[in-house]
Amino acid sequence: MANITYIEASGQSTTVNLADGWSLMQGATANGIDGILGECGGSCACATCHCYVDVDRMGELPAASDGELAMLENVAAERRPNSRLACQIKATAALEGLVIHLPEMQE
Amino acid sequence: MSGTDAVLIVGAGLAGVQTAEALRTLGFAGAITLLGDEPHAPYHRPPLSKAWLGGEMDAAQLVMRAPEALERKHITLRTGVSVIAIDRAIKTVRLADGSELPYAGLVLATGSTPRSLPLPGADARGVWALRGRDDASAIAQGMAACASSGKALVVIGGGFIGLEVAATARKKGIAVTVLEAAPRLLGRVLAPVLSDWYAQLHRSHGVDLVFNAQIAALETDTQGDVCGVRMTDGHLLPAGLVVVGIGVTANDQLASAAGLVCDRGIVVDVCGRTGDPAIVAAGDCTARRLDDGSLLRLESVQNATEQGKSAAAALMGQERAFTATPWFWSDQYDKKLQMAGLSSGADQWVVRGDMHASLATAGFTVFHYRQGQLIAADSVNASKEHLQVRKLLDARVSPPPERLADTAVDLASLGVAIGA
Repeated sequence: MANITYIEASGQSTTVNLADGWSLMQGATANGIDGILGECGGSCACATCHCYVDVDRMGELPAASDGELAMLENVAAERRPNSRLACQIKATAALEGLVIHLPEMQE
Repeated sequence: MSGTDAVLIVGAGLAGVQTAEALRTLGFAGAITLLGDEPHAPYHRPPLSKAWLGGEMDAAQLVMRAPEALERKHITLRTGVSVIAIDRAIKTVRLADGSELPYAGLVLATGSTPRSLPLPGADARGVWALRGRDDASAIAQGMAACASSGKALVVIGGGFIGLEVAATARKKGIAVTVLEAAPRLLGRVLAPVLSDWYAQLHRSHGVDLVFNAQIAALETDTQGDVCGVRMTDGHLLPAGLVVVGIGVTANDQLASAAGLVCDRGIVVDVCGRTGDPAIVAAGDCTARRLDDGSLLRLESVQNATEQGKSAAAALMGQERAFTATPWFWSDQYDKKLQMAGLSSGADQWVVRGDMHASLATAGFTVFHYRQGQLIAADSVNASKEHLQVRKLLDARVSPPPERLADTAVDLASLGVAIGA
């Protein structure tokens, strides 16, 4: 379980408590957070759940797979070193307090 | 349509939701009502044949848009509502409860329905098609019963849904037979060499594949539950669960009854417009008229999102054509198949990468050519190549086959070198 804070491009901040195994994409869509679409339902196929993770905590996250790295090349907003796909990051206790920023656009 | 009129959207799947949200993005300020015939708020369908079926998700994880997210956009969601008729003359729709709703703009996003098997016993208990969340939940229950009783699953149809269900069942240790009427899997989509590769993949996971399968009937026990599949040669395949995945038909009955042109789908132009300026359509229910006059039916996430945006723009009096390269994907076991373009009519195939490496490590792309022109490509565990190929296809670039087959050639360089 982890508390994750989503900061939308507008500055709106929402903290939600995610059970283990939930993806950060699911945490956003289930809680009505705008700024994450997840059109493919979490299959790492559409690149519409792009987020920027807290730079200081990048190293604590499981590394992005080749598939995720490829899809990150297709995101609508600027790709940065801390860009990830929210559908590929699953909540665990290790992520407690993680802050992610959402881009202005997803498509 | 003026900016303050009412828009009704029939269908609360991805196409309907996308149209509603796109209308708001475009500045539409009138009322928007999403009418869904299922009891559920909008949910993601792609996981239904995979993680949801495998019991790895709960309902909240399947949510596409939470009710509060729709409310914030002033999109009214009504679930469990069936629309039974459209009266175009007075611009109203009639619901199953007899009530009528007026519209200034109407969006048909009615989806599709699985084809049923025209055979005796096809309506027996324990025979399912997978379309909605409730179907998938019922199949998951049936799989749990099979797992505990040792009964087998028979999948009828070696298409994407059937093969994804087969893969999920094998993960649960259930014996699975896939019956395919054609001589190979996914024959209308994949190159023969890739059909063979998928057959090998499924067999390596213990799936029994039967090609050229001819089914006589589904057999039931004294309780009326399905107990097996009888082949025309008399052979009986015992089964505790049967999943039928033999394609879908577009839900165009409402449109057709209202006098809109339908041809195995609601006929729309590339901007999502029907022949009635107040009515647009998006998603699985459509048949899109292309520039060459042909009709294209697609059932995909991309089609739903893109046509939804086009349909919203069309209601706002804007032209937003959807002409991008079609793309699709399928997850089976740990393999991600990503397809770009339309492969029908292909007469030449070339492989990039080693598809004969061990199944565990293979990553490759199969390119389809028709009369010397690159028309489509299917990548397995090669997302980067898939995205690069989409760009080539978008730009109508057709590198020679030997260049694409050469892994020393950077795909990203081909679009630039050859130009569009």
